[in-house]
Amino acid sequence: MQAETSMAHQNGATRNLRAMGRSFLTAAWLGWQIESNWTDPFLFAIYSVVKPVSGAAILVVMYGIISGGDFDSPLFAYIFLGNAFYIYVGSVMTGVSWAVLDDREHYKTLKYIFIAPIHAPSYLMGRGVARFLTGTISVIVTIAAGMLFLNLQLDLRAVDWPLFFAALGMGVIMLANLGLLLAGVTLTIANHVWFVGDTVAGALYLFSGAIFPLDVLPVWLRPLGFAMPLTYWLELLRRSLVGDVAQAFPTLAGLSNAQLFAILIGLSLLFGILAFAIYRWCEHAARERGLIDMVTNY
Amino acid sequence: MSDVAAIRTEELTRIYKIRGGKKSDPKELVALKDVDIQVERGELFGLLGPNGAGKTTLIKVLTTLLAPTKGRAYVAGYDVIKDPHEIRSRINMVSGGEASGYGLLTVRENLWMFSQFYGIPSKAANQRIKELLEIVGLGDRLNTKSSDLSSGMRQKMNIVRGFMTDPEILFLDEPTLGLDVGAARDVRNFIRDWMRQEDERTILLTTHYMVEADELCDRVAIINQGKVLACDTPKALKRQLQQVVIFQLQVSPCTVTPGMFDGIQGVRNFNHAHEDGYTTMEFTLEEDDILPAVIHQLAERDIHLLNLDKRQPSLEDVFVHLVGMRMEEVERGETG
Repeated sequence: MQAETSMAHQNGATRNLRAMGRSFLTAAWLGWQIESNWTDPFLFAIYSVVKPVSGAAILVVMYGIISGGDFDSPLFAYIFLGNAFYIYVGSVMTGVSWAVLDDREHYKTLKYIFIAPIHAPSYLMGRGVARFLTGTISVIVTIAAGMLFLNLQLDLRAVDWPLFFAALGMGVIMLANLGLLLAGVTLTIANHVWFVGDTVAGALYLFSGAIFPLDVLPVWLRPLGFAMPLTYWLELLRRSLVGDVAQAFPTLAGLSNAQLFAILIGLSLLFGILAFAIYRWCEHAARERGLIDMVTNY
Repeated sequence: MSDVAAIRTEELTRIYKIRGGKKSDPKELVALKDVDIQVERGELFGLLGPNGAGKTTLIKVLTTLLAPTKGRAYVAGYDVIKDPHEIRSRINMVSGGEASGYGLLTVRENLWMFSQFYGIPSKAANQRIKELLEIVGLGDRLNTKSSDLSSGMRQKMNIVRGFMTDPEILFLDEPTLGLDVGAARDVRNFIRDWMRQEDERTILLTTHYMVEADELCDRVAIINQGKVLACDTPKALKRQLQQVVIFQLQVSPCTVTPGMFDGIQGVRNFNHAHEDGYTTMEFTLEEDDILPAVIHQLAERDIHLLNLDKRQPSLEDVFVHLVGMRMEEVERGETG
């Protein structure tokens, strides 16, 4: 009897893993088809280059005016890299959460997906993969433009690549979890919040040390920045790429790379658990209120 | 054959809360009220009712999209609330009258993608997609972008999506809605053939087309305002009306006044419609002998009889008998 129960559990676990795998991979394929086929390849390539470069150019012009053109200051690298990697925040979070509205309101397929034997969080995260990939192109283009035209002091031979990739990977998982949280919220609300991911990313921009150290914030706002995994993630990415330049800023200078990483893992875990719990609650609420196949036509 | 019913509901109730303005309390809309049905394996079961009767709500509950407010529902023996994952691998659903699907994917890609959610190996999925598309007449559209399909073709693609996974229990919500007559007939034939292929296959079909329910279903539940009013084979439902006779009269154009035939004993029901150049009147009478009194009444009002038909009761008559109105009248919100 016990052996039978244990085997049933094992079968259930295997089935769940398979559902997670196929949900994620199929959704990643679908996301890429949608992301890359909305226009012809030439326009897509132009868009992928122009959008991030113009975003960075605005920031550079603003920095140039404020600093009097001091592009050799460590602050420039701090701002430029923070801004470049912040592209991931909007793209991954939006990629995951936007799938709910896109499938529900635009393609009207969400109900068919939600009655299929899928693992919904894996499906939604899979939909974010395409945005992660296009986001990566944007980040690379932005940094390359900085190095080539704006005297960004980045020596690729001196980069701590293991730390960079470890931090990047951890950060992307953390962002996907935050995206899942937003996807849950999106399930329970209507069409007028198309860009909930971008909106939240915009709101967090000021509190995560992306474009200025947290010390610049009023004292009462700083705890918000310290409580967010984004702050430690961006700091680790900067340290891995330009090392001492980042450490020149006092906010997190007292913490070693290992300490920063431990905090990033801890907070990511905490936010991950919270995100899954909130998503599950929202999905349940959406079923209770009949919102899974809601079409608002706003 | 499994002895567990394909679908079973017990006092299933679903109430929607509709929010009004900021100050007003939410209103309650009862979409399903104490619904008890049981659908056996291998049955093609129809839910017949006007728009807004609760048919789609019932399908949503049974497919785990919507939680019931009260009562229980079991699909393939599993509780829709406790075991939704067990249910989802055994079912599929098709809704008519909508253009769902990813327009930038081809027909094959759309269908392949859904097959992957069900864990069907790619090779088998592609083979099945090809076969089913041939059957519904879309064989030459395999590599057409679904945005380039007409709405009828898109609906056929959607129908293939539902059948492709070979579900134990299939929910068809108005599958022929919006299709032209020929396409609707093709779909009905396809449904019938699919059911014939395996004994255990079960379909729950909602429709407001009487002929569709009559033609396809083993049993039919007539539903109105969230309540199941009757449930039996179409033949048995119609047999209930065999103590009445139905006459259809074509008469010269005339004005029909309320209570025009109230004075005649034995007129159970009366409907009329103005056509181009004549008026159609339909009488449900307790016996044939009442007809002369009706004709006499018409003659007194100088209304000329052009044609007279006596016909067998249909499911439409059963509906009128149960509800007191025709289905279109219910949909228009007329009071009985």
